Formats: sequence, structure tokens, C-alpha cells
Amino acid sequence: MGLPNASGDLSTEVEVDAFRRLFPLRFFEKHLLESIRPDARPLGRARDTTIALGAVASANGSALAKIGSTTMLAAIKMEVMAPSMETPDEGCIAIDFHMPPICSPIVRPGRPAEAAPVVAKQLSDTILSSGMINLKELSLVSGKAAWMAYLDIYCLDADGALFDAALLAAVAAFSHLEIPVVSLNDDGKIVLSEEQGLSEREPVNKEKRKVNLGSIPFSLTCILHKNYILTDPTAEEESIMETSVTVVLDSSSQLVSLYKPGGAVLAYTSAIQDCIALTRQRVKELQKILEEAISGMEVD
Amino acid sequence: MEVDREDGRSQNQLRPLACSSNILHRAHGSASWSQGDTKVLAAVYGPKAGTKKNENPEKACIEVIWKPKTGQIGKLEKEYEMILKRTLQSICILTVNPNTTTSVIIQVVNDDGALLPSAINAACMALVDAGIPMRHLAVSICCCVARSGLVILDPTKLEEQNMKAFAYLVFPNSVHSVLPEGSLSVQGEPIENGIITSVTHGVMSVDDYFYCLEQGRAASTKLSDFLRRNLQQQSTDSSKAG
Repeated sequence: MGLPNASGDLSTEVEVDAFRRLFPLRFFEKHLLESIRPDARPLGRARDTTIALGAVASANGSALAKIGSTTMLAAIKMEVMAPSMETPDEGCIAIDFHMPPICSPIVRPGRPAEAAPVVAKQLSDTILSSGMINLKELSLVSGKAAWMAYLDIYCLDADGALFDAALLAAVAAFSHLEIPVVSLNDDGKIVLSEEQGLSEREPVNKEKRKVNLGSIPFSLTCILHKNYILTDPTAEEESIMETSVTVVLDSSSQLVSLYKPGGAVLAYTSAIQDCIALTRQRVKELQKILEEAISGMEVD
Repeated sequence: MEVDREDGRSQNQLRPLACSSNILHRAHGSASWSQGDTKVLAAVYGPKAGTKKNENPEKACIEVIWKPKTGQIGKLEKEYEMILKRTLQSICILTVNPNTTTSVIIQVVNDDGALLPSAINAACMALVDAGIPMRHLAVSICCCVARSGLVILDPTKLEEQNMKAFAYLVFPNSVHSVLPEGSLSVQGEPIENGIITSVTHGVMSVDDYFYCLEQGRAASTKLSDFLRRNLQQQSTDSSKAG
């Protein structure tokens, strides 16, 4: 069964699964004493992370991100709309996070997950305040037309660290996003121009272009339990040890968000500094993984 | 480096605080909390029998309902409900009344900045008024970081919108103890330095955040004193009436 400190008597070996269900906290604490977790990860290591760009062919930009078993699918569709009066030369991004019943046994059609609107709002705040996308880039004709980007993130498998995976999927989808070519037709409306030479007037933007990303935010969720800090928790760990801290740093090491919603364990300055240091390391790992995924796409 | 605040306050000055409890007669506990123009009403009903389906029946459960001043309930209200629920769950002693639900209803009367901290303070006072057993109180404060790097406390709505970033911080209340000073500290820091909840908005540097924490802790001591005086006065008032 892989228990590092198997006490030797057969009775505990046979009932490990039962022990895990009946006394989950003691099961985890036995592992923490040896500085390891039931899935054999050391306390400070995150699960294997992969990103696949272009998962949804019909969307303008999409990505599938997996952190361990947690799977998020992000897709961006672009639509032209009239910009608001207060910001005539800025586009708009609408972010929504869905947890369909496929992701977890506690979500049923009549019983939506409590976490869904909270993660949606957190994502929205993080992406918009981090300055990753300059909304002025999404403008077409000042005061008349601008791009509206609808970012939808679907959770396909909820196994802890939902916000981390969702943010990673959103960032990857934006890095894959290609703004389609449009031109003005006779009525003065913007239409998608499918082929070259068909439109009567000059295209508003010459070729499909990528969005310039500013400083990209990356996040890491840690669980505090007594004196231990566990990074990247699974759903089981999150349900047993409830105090979590999510730190979002951008590529220039600025703090975009430090989110600790209550929890029985108080966070002292040393714990916060450790969480921030762990997040810095994770930012470097994630930057590498994202760059490899992007360069993999470009080779094709 | 001075910052000119519209209402003439200094950087660390809080707005005038006002708190009254036992204002709603049907509720088991109630409180109204105002910081300047921000006013929040909190009501507590409980403990009631039974817990909701997904909750652990071996512990008491806390349910929070957030009612905005205008408009429909959206994601912002759901987020505030979740943050408030988890904050209150960490300060209440949940094992005293297992398999019960305590409902906390927050009604926003006016929002002029620092809404979530006011709601947390109001909810704590209402829980005390209802007699729900708690480990300690939660004292909550809002700190803003200006573009110049200066940290100002308890912003108004206009200040919140114009600043680079702000943080809502919740600390346990300050401890007056007969035990010697060193015995209550954890990892070399006194208990009231621990953060119960932290929600930040906007981009700030890591040093700015730690500076906010320092200022927040100093302000939470003042708030704790205000709460202590208020509660002591109420207990002497009620004993005179009885």
C-alpha cells in the first residue's frame, strides 16, 4: 500500500483503505510526520501539469490544462460589439466558470456547486486587474466597434486546486488566441472576411493577429495545517484540512492576489513568506510549461 | 510623504465607528455596525436543528445570506457569503452544538467603502449578542495601497476605486491575559498577529502587502479596544436592567 512507516502488524495493513475513510486526519498526519503525502509527493511539490493548446477547434483560442487530475477546458470566442460610452476605445472581456455535473459527485443539475460563482469572480478579478490584456488592443473603430471576448472555462474533473488550474487554462487560451480578420461592409457594419479579395473595402485588421500579453499571472494554492504547508492540494486534502491560501504572482513578482478565506489555522508572517516563496518557484515552472506548449504549437 | 484625503483624515485614521446590538426583536442576535457612511445590519438566527445536505453533521454549520442594498444577487454576493462563512466558521467553536445550523443574515444599508470588513465586524457583534460560543472575535480592516506606495486605512468608496490596490484583512482580537507574555505566542509572534482572512484586489508588490499587514495589525488593536468597551458597557447595562 506504500505507507512509509508500516507498523508491521498485518491488521493495519489490511485495513488501510478503511482507516483512510474512518480517520482521514490521522491518516494524513501519519504521512506528514514523515514529510510526505499519500500520493508520495513531498510537501512542497505540485502535481504534474500539462497544457494542450487548441483543444476546441471552433473557438478563436482554447486550451486544456491539467494539474494532476484536475482538468479545465478554456475557450474564447470573439464577437464585435459597440463599446460603452465611458470607454469608447476599449474592448471587453467576459469571464465565466462552469462546474458541470461531470466534474464531481457533489454537483448535480439541481444543486450547483458553491465554489463555481466564487471561482468565476476570483478569476475575473485576477485577470482584469493583472493587466495581462490591454483592453485598448481589443478596439476596432473608436467609439463604434470593439471586440468582446467571451472566455468560458469548464471544469471537467474537480480534484482540488480549481482556481490554479482555471487560471492556467485561461492564460493558455489567451496565449493561443488569434483575433479574426474583419472588414467594414457597405452598411458600415463590421463583418468577418473569410477570404482575401472578397471584401469591398480594406480589412480593418490585415491578418489574424495574436494578442500581446502583458505580465502573466500564475497562482499556487497551499494548505496550512499546524506547522505544515502543503502545496497543490487534492480534493481529499482540501476537504480534511480546510485552511487554504492562494497566492497569485505575475511574471515580474508583483503580488496580484493573496486570498485566504478564513480557516481554523491563523497565518503568521513566516507562513505567508513561505507561501510566497513556494509560489515564486511555481511561477518559473509554469512559465516553462507554457512556453513549451506555445513553441510546440508554432512548430506545427 | 503625506496623502491628502478628502475628508481630512490622516493616513492611519479610521472613520468614526458606531455599533449597537439587540436592535431586531425577532432575531436571536443582531447588530448594526457603521464606519463613517458605510452601514451594515447583521442578524443571527440559531442554533436551529439539522444541517444541510453536504455539511458535516458532527459539527455545527454556519449559513450566511448576504443581501445587497439594490440589485439582484450575483457572483459578488456569493463570494462575500463564502468568505464570511469560512471566517465565522474559524472563530466559532463548532463542536459545542453539533448537527445545528446558525444563520447569519447581512443586510447592506449603505456602501461607502470597506463593505466586507464592516460586515464581518457586524456579524461578530451579532454572534456575541446571540450567545453563540466563539474562540475569539474577528476584527476586520481595509488597507489601501496608493500608487506612491503609501498605505492608508479604512478608505471611502472613491478612495478604493482610485487606489492601486486594496486588501481586506481579518485578525483575531487583541488578548488581555493574566498569563506571562511569552506563553501565548506562536512561532515567536503573538496570537493577534495571525491572519484569519485576507482578500486582496489589484496588483501590489510583496513588500507593500507586508506593510499593509503591519498597519492593519496596529489598527486592529484599536478596533479590539472599541469592541471591548462596547461589549463591557452592554453587559453592565443589561445587568442594571435585570
